[in-house]
Amino acid sequence: MTALHETRETGEPDTVSAVSAAATDAARDNLAALESEAIHIFREVAGEFDRPVILFSGGKDSTLLLHLAIKAFWPAPVPFPLLHVDTGHNFDEVISFRDRMAERHGLRLIVAHVQDWIDDGRLTERPDGTRNPLQTQPLLDTIAEHRFDAVFGGGRRDEERARAKERIFSLRNAFGQWEPRRQRPELWNLYNGRHRPGEHVRVFPLSNWTESDVWNYIARERVELPSIYYAHQRKVYRRDGMWLTEGPWGGPREGEEVKELTVRYRTVGDGSCTGAVESTASTVEEVIAEVQASRLTERGATRADDRLSEAAMEDRKREGYF
Amino acid sequence: MSSLLRLATAGSVDDGKSTLVGRLLYDTKSVLADQLDAVQRASVDRGLSTPDLSLLVDGLRSEREQGITIDVAYRYFATPRRSFVLADTPGHVQYTRNTVTGASTAQLAVLLVDARKGVVEQTRRHAAVLALLGVPRLVLAVNKVDLINYDEAAFTVIAKEFATHAASLGYAEGSVLTIPVSALHGDNVATRSENTPWYGGPTLLEHLEQVPVAPDPHDAPFRFPVQYVIRPRTADYPDYRGYAGQIAAGTVRPGDEVVVLPQGLRTRVTRVDTADGPRDEAGAGSSVTVLLADDLDIARGDLIASATDRPEVTDEFTATLCWLSSSSLRPGARVLVKHGARTVQALVEELGSRFDEQTLSTVDSPESLELNEIGGVRIRLSEELPVDEYSHSPRTGAFLVIDPKNGDTLAAGLVGERLSAVGAG
Ligand SMILES: Nc1nc2c(ncn2[C@@H]2O[C@H](COP(=O)(O)OP(=O)(O)O)[C@@H](O)[C@H]2O)c(=O)[nH]1
Repeated sequence: MTALHETRETGEPDTVSAVSAAATDAARDNLAALESEAIHIFREVAGEFDRPVILFSGGKDSTLLLHLAIKAFWPAPVPFPLLHVDTGHNFDEVISFRDRMAERHGLRLIVAHVQDWIDDGRLTERPDGTRNPLQTQPLLDTIAEHRFDAVFGGGRRDEERARAKERIFSLRNAFGQWEPRRQRPELWNLYNGRHRPGEHVRVFPLSNWTESDVWNYIARERVELPSIYYAHQRKVYRRDGMWLTEGPWGGPREGEEVKELTVRYRTVGDGSCTGAVESTASTVEEVIAEVQASRLTERGATRADDRLSEAAMEDRKREGYF
Repeated sequence: MSSLLRLATAGSVDDGKSTLVGRLLYDTKSVLADQLDAVQRASVDRGLSTPDLSLLVDGLRSEREQGITIDVAYRYFATPRRSFVLADTPGHVQYTRNTVTGASTAQLAVLLVDARKGVVEQTRRHAAVLALLGVPRLVLAVNKVDLINYDEAAFTVIAKEFATHAASLGYAEGSVLTIPVSALHGDNVATRSENTPWYGGPTLLEHLEQVPVAPDPHDAPFRFPVQYVIRPRTADYPDYRGYAGQIAAGTVRPGDEVVVLPQGLRTRVTRVDTADGPRDEAGAGSSVTVLLADDLDIARGDLIASATDRPEVTDEFTATLCWLSSSSLRPGARVLVKHGARTVQALVEELGSRFDEQTLSTVDSPESLELNEIGGVRIRLSEELPVDEYSHSPRTGAFLVIDPKNGDTLAAGLVGERLSAVGAG
């Protein structure tokens, strides 16, 4: 049995007194409304699908997903396993956080290592060394192998223009592809999860959250995150307008000067193309202040792969990536 | 603490809807520098001198290539008082499908007209669909007032005409507001315009911030579709048995007398639980777990309702369908109906009427219902369901019609005969 309060850094016990209705009622409070919507979606999937799974990287959106799943089924354990597609280019702090969270909540964690696909020739390393685009096949292979029929992702519609029309229940065909014509209108809070054998549905409980909502909720609920989301000292070098860090994905090339800066990450992905931002925000409140003043969207600031082309995201979605 | 308002926009092509939505995002600083840079670059490429804000809400690439928007897109903006989820429903082809989708969750709709053209046929149709779906509040944004030299008399004619039409659809005076705006220049969108000294009402954004979000939930009877039964069977919670769901209407408190449907079992609420602890009251929209006094056999798909004001349990009802599929509906069709958390087999026994958009009246006994058409039907179910009239309790009067063969969503269904309520019939 995993109690909810264990996810909180402070370890405060659950409140025993009745929570005042005014404080958290969905009709009066934006975050309560978004939380209730996400919980409804989790329960709907639990009721209608045979083999759901939560994509869990240890990043902030997937950590929020897990937090909401725990709340949806409390005091019972979350009835789904976790799945991570590990590029081998992830930050150590995030991987150990991922493992810690799975263990704390007693959840099975399935890891698909991109390296395995490279080693046996199903995938080849790209010349630029970036592995984000290589995640698609291991993800689809693992979904097929385990016959998952609902796959929760942390995608939000405000992240990117191509996502503005994404459904909360997004149908994928037997090849994992997204077909615009088969996407269903979503009416009221009635979700249609019907699919044929071999097909699956991607489910996005955070669709209606913005980056500010995510951070405000993380602060309100005291959700624990990997340390690299907060300011720390790091050796970095400049490439394509981003601060990259050394790792198994490579390091500075000739002429790229290494500096030690105070930075944090706004997203955590493949280390070869995820940039740090200069920041002294070391608490969640300071991060919120920074987000509010920020002039760059998350993806624009930190993800090189999205900057390749304006429609890059859309192309990858058709292929079955997120 | 800020609240959430869900709204939808509707308008004909070129009335300036994209510009208005872009303006709302821009003026609430919901557009960040890199997005704005991209729009600036694209505007320069097209030879424009000022950034074209409509590009902020551009859609998928395939649609961009065709130069049209064909699907509902969701946009997000916020002020310190309120957060907004905006369903941007394109007014072109497939407008009914999109308007119905956007309207199903909207607490308010913004309809756009071009000040030079005023209320046109499509404005009336849009308003009729919004009324059919029961969107509680309407705003008419009379756009491009700069092009009529901010003329008060012309604006007043449009406002009066719209008020009359809205009243005929059942909108009370206080639930409709008409605002003169220029999406291009920003007049009365987020800042009060000096060009319209004769207009004393709020700006569009002020109105969106201040409008009450929901009718008083205490007026509505309690409705709670059971989504999932929570039974931990753990050492800490060996006997816990809770019914999880999202309150569809009304409020619930420990001690309330309720009835479980379709079984018709009466019992009492002992506890309203959440992961944050028990609640002394919870209202519509809240996801909670309800514990009951008696040990009953309750499963996903059942409905817990107020014992004094309960829905009808029936296997046959009249309904209004908004047909959303390119395959047509004919009487005798076998379909699935998803209502609350239950899906049952159903037969469309009779196709009684079709809404004629041109005349805003109904046609009796049509042969079929086609994509984007709205009609009145009689439905028979393979098992009984607890249903409300949509006008009485929208969330438990709403259902999906699903194709049993391929799983497609065929129609949005509303329990009851709604066409005469919107002036048709
Ligand atoms: N003069 C003027 N032009 C406007 C206004 N709003 C939009 N437009 C122009 O009207 C045209 C259509 O606008 P757009 O937003 O693309 O319309 P949509 O098809 O309704 O999304 C564009 O050329 C806009 O620049 C306005 O308030 N005043």
